[in-house]
Amino acid sequence: MSPAPTPSHTVGPFFGYALPFTGGADVAPPHHPDTLTLRGRVLDGDGQPVPDAIVETWQPAPDGSRTGAPGSMRRDAVTGRVVGRHGADFTGFGRVATDADGHWLVRTLPPGGVPYVCVAVFARGLLHHLYTRAYLVDDPDDALLAALPPRRRATLLARPEPGTPRVHRFDVRLQGAGETVFLEFP
Amino acid sequence: MTALPPDLTQSAIDTEIAKAQAAAHAGDHPPRDFPPYRGSALRHPTHPLIPVRDPEAVELTGPAFGVTDVTDLDRDLTRHHAGEPLGERITVTGRVLDRRGRPVRGQLVEIWQANASGRYAHQRDQHPAPLDPNFTGFGRCLTDDEGRYSFTTIRPGAYPWRNHTNAWRPAHIHFSLFGEAFTQRLVTQMYFPGDPLLPLDPILQSVTDPAARDRLVAAYDHGLSVPEWSLGYRWDIVLDGPAATWAENEEDDR
Repeated sequence: MSPAPTPSHTVGPFFGYALPFTGGADVAPPHHPDTLTLRGRVLDGDGQPVPDAIVETWQPAPDGSRTGAPGSMRRDAVTGRVVGRHGADFTGFGRVATDADGHWLVRTLPPGGVPYVCVAVFARGLLHHLYTRAYLVDDPDDALLAALPPRRRATLLARPEPGTPRVHRFDVRLQGAGETVFLEFP
Repeated sequence: MTALPPDLTQSAIDTEIAKAQAAAHAGDHPPRDFPPYRGSALRHPTHPLIPVRDPEAVELTGPAFGVTDVTDLDRDLTRHHAGEPLGERITVTGRVLDRRGRPVRGQLVEIWQANASGRYAHQRDQHPAPLDPNFTGFGRCLTDDEGRYSFTTIRPGAYPWRNHTNAWRPAHIHFSLFGEAFTQRLVTQMYFPGDPLLPLDPILQSVTDPAARDRLVAAYDHGLSVPEWSLGYRWDIVLDGPAATWAENEEDDR
């Protein structure tokens, strides 16, 4: 008999001293030439910034492997502090809290084999986290994109920012006009 | 701070909770739109979620954590400062399982909580209760081969919040968990048995199925209490996830 799942709850407003970690936004090794920046805002149904959300990203390594090395929260042996990734292995995991203006940002490498970065959003007021995808390429062969009407499909496209190479913009609208497409995995 | 509407009493919220629960489909997880929890009003999507059934979806895999990500001290929240925190010392332990009842091994568990007086070590927490210089209230551990996790901490206090007039959150510990797949990600809260605030709390009551709510309440386990040291609570956790993740790796069953 399969056991019943533990219900989800909101992350609440006070995760800030617990979940964010040093280097959480730095999925790419420092100064890697292929680094791309994925940035955006989390916005509520009134279009107002959500300053108490936390965004997680997960993706394959550039070579397409999906095993994700450990060490995202690598620790200093003496002090126990999080010192961040050493950069030689690709962990594929990013976590960053939104700032007072609802902004978040991760620096990462292009995912291998797929056109998207997986995104999970947690926030005060959000009783169950939400999954979406930031598509770096508008891939005509992608089954999910192909199944969406154009206006909804557009919410999944992380658009290159004009004039700033290798920076992609991905806003998450929790509700209302331009509401982001959120996903479930039945 | 803005004043709350004077008529937004606990009994008005209780009425709203009963109405929202009656209107909701019984489910394991709370509806994202739960009006008695005011914070949900502008933060839930109104479009249905789009199902992804692609067996190659990246979300069916997930990040890995290991011994480099945790230290042995992380699991004992009473030892993160020079002195001992105030409050009732407790241990909280249990197993993390997937939907097939298999142990979730070697995965990261994170907890955070208020101190014994109901105050978070967060600048935005304005509850006029004392901070404890010897307590931050954050811990991590990895599950073992049986899926077990364990923390030593102090029992958190209840605290007021501004959902309605005289709103109090029951004492709780926040949990964040990873499974083998990103789709198994879980953030939730553990409550304590017998707390009189449980029926009054719009966040706990957002889980509309009573049996599912009960699964968020730990059990006092005298066998886990350590003589002249700490009281023990047991709380097992089951990660949800798509059928695809619980049908794979049959050969791993033990």
